[in-house]
Amino acid sequence: MELFNILKVTLEEGMMYAVLALGVYITFSILDFPDLSVDGTVPLGAVLTGVMILSGVNPWICCVVSFAAGAVAGSITGLLNVKLKIRPLLCGILVMTALLSINLVIMMAGTDGMSIASFFNGETIFNTAPASVIPQYIGSYQLRAVILLIVLVLLFKIVMDLYLKTKSGLLLRAAGNNQQYVKMLGKDPGMMKILGLAIGNGFAALAGSLIAQQKGSADLQMGTGMVVIGLASVIIGTSLFRKVRFMKDTTKVIIGAVIYKACLSVALALGLPTEYLKLLMAVLFTVALVAGRLMNKKRGAEIAED
Amino acid sequence: MLKIEDVTVSFGKGTPDEHKVFDHFNFSVEKGEFVSIVGSNGSGKTTLLNLISGSLTPDSGRILFEGKDLTRQREFRRARHIGRVFQDPQKGSCADLTILENMALADSKNRPFGLTPAVSKKRTVYYQELLSACSMGLENRLNAKVGTLSGGQRQALALIIANMTDIDLLLLDEHTAALDPKSSRTVMDLTRKLIEEKHITTLMVTHNLRFAVEYGSRLVMLHEGQCVRDIAGQEKAETNIDALLDVFNDISIECGN
Repeated sequence: MELFNILKVTLEEGMMYAVLALGVYITFSILDFPDLSVDGTVPLGAVLTGVMILSGVNPWICCVVSFAAGAVAGSITGLLNVKLKIRPLLCGILVMTALLSINLVIMMAGTDGMSIASFFNGETIFNTAPASVIPQYIGSYQLRAVILLIVLVLLFKIVMDLYLKTKSGLLLRAAGNNQQYVKMLGKDPGMMKILGLAIGNGFAALAGSLIAQQKGSADLQMGTGMVVIGLASVIIGTSLFRKVRFMKDTTKVIIGAVIYKACLSVALALGLPTEYLKLLMAVLFTVALVAGRLMNKKRGAEIAED
Repeated sequence: MLKIEDVTVSFGKGTPDEHKVFDHFNFSVEKGEFVSIVGSNGSGKTTLLNLISGSLTPDSGRILFEGKDLTRQREFRRARHIGRVFQDPQKGSCADLTILENMALADSKNRPFGLTPAVSKKRTVYYQELLSACSMGLENRLNAKVGTLSGGQRQALALIIANMTDIDLLLLDEHTAALDPKSSRTVMDLTRKLIEEKHITTLMVTHNLRFAVEYGSRLVMLHEGQCVRDIAGQEKAETNIDALLDVFNDISIECGN
């Protein structure tokens, strides 16, 4: 039954990272913008949530506020790029660095100078309504969190799919594909970029909020490696299922996040010491990048043969 | 309707390679004209279109459009009234979107891009009608990604898209140069049809002297930032390729190459 528990934890964490991956999908896949600011916006959402739950704010409102805060941070990344013409990677580094301070300030202000916000007995989305209608135990397993997370991720996915079919969503896709085309439609592609980065980082901060609520605590270090997790999930998902036509990209990205998390879980279960976790994350990301490219190359060869 | 007043444009300003493309250049276009612009490489044809569309700002001078000064207006704002088709077939549509999605986007031009569904069933029939005008069978491939189309098909699509909303001015930047002879003829015929239907004022840059002679109501030849020929009406109708070539050769001899 140990195995079942590992599966449950993997799915649980995979679903939380899937929220992040949906955000990275917008910035990286749709806008073609390698956005490093998620390393700062994930903990921004977590820290805000921690501090707010400690002061008794409704956990669902925490989620909304986190999303909004992430969106503001993301639009700053976009403004730096669009208005000040700073390169995408540097914009991400600037916002990420600035958020280190901002997150610290929020944390200190909300916890009287502590560096971790613990709220193990606080109200979270996992222990209040409407999640409380899901039984805490099914058999002898605590499945409420994983069920709630799956429902939420599916909801976000559907909302995103619907959005990408609206006029605004289509224009966003056009902005990542052909800026000249957006200009010819009488719209500023820069504004679409800012909008996309806002949505992407909104989801990143929302993921941070969920992670904090699930753990019952928020700390400042949890942002490290989030860029890698997000990008790896997107790349694994989209290149592994590249040929699967009936599946939406958003679905692929969610599965990518779960697969990525599963690889890490397997390694840890096989006895990898936790201090090597980030190293393994980097290695897995490299493998995903190279494999993704090789698969594309293979496809190129197929087209040539046709 | 379009006036270019005393415009100077130079590239590589402040470097030893500074090169003036236009030096106090003047040019105007009347409503309803279809102007073909020819000229050798570096004569300023594309620069002229870039000035009008707004992707290039002049060092000095003004660009007036229906009486309004556009000189400092950004490209995407001007695009509300100005359509453009580029030489590169990739530029006029989005490769990752389907034909239907591309047309749905163009259909919303100059209207808010809000949270309503982009593709509507009602409009699809209208898109198919527009596409069938170019007789390339595109109307049956609405759900194909535009990236899978040929250069000629993409250019025809770009033309249709540029004309979907009412524009006051159409800029064609060597839009048949990347196509094979047959496709470029098809695209030119479609161009003429669209322009005649909607009476759009058009500027067409081309290297194809035959097209310049056969199509359009006015012919302009640029050389080193100057208009060396500007003919319209009867004179334009009577000119032929050989006459144009003679002018080209005269210029070449003058310049010693």
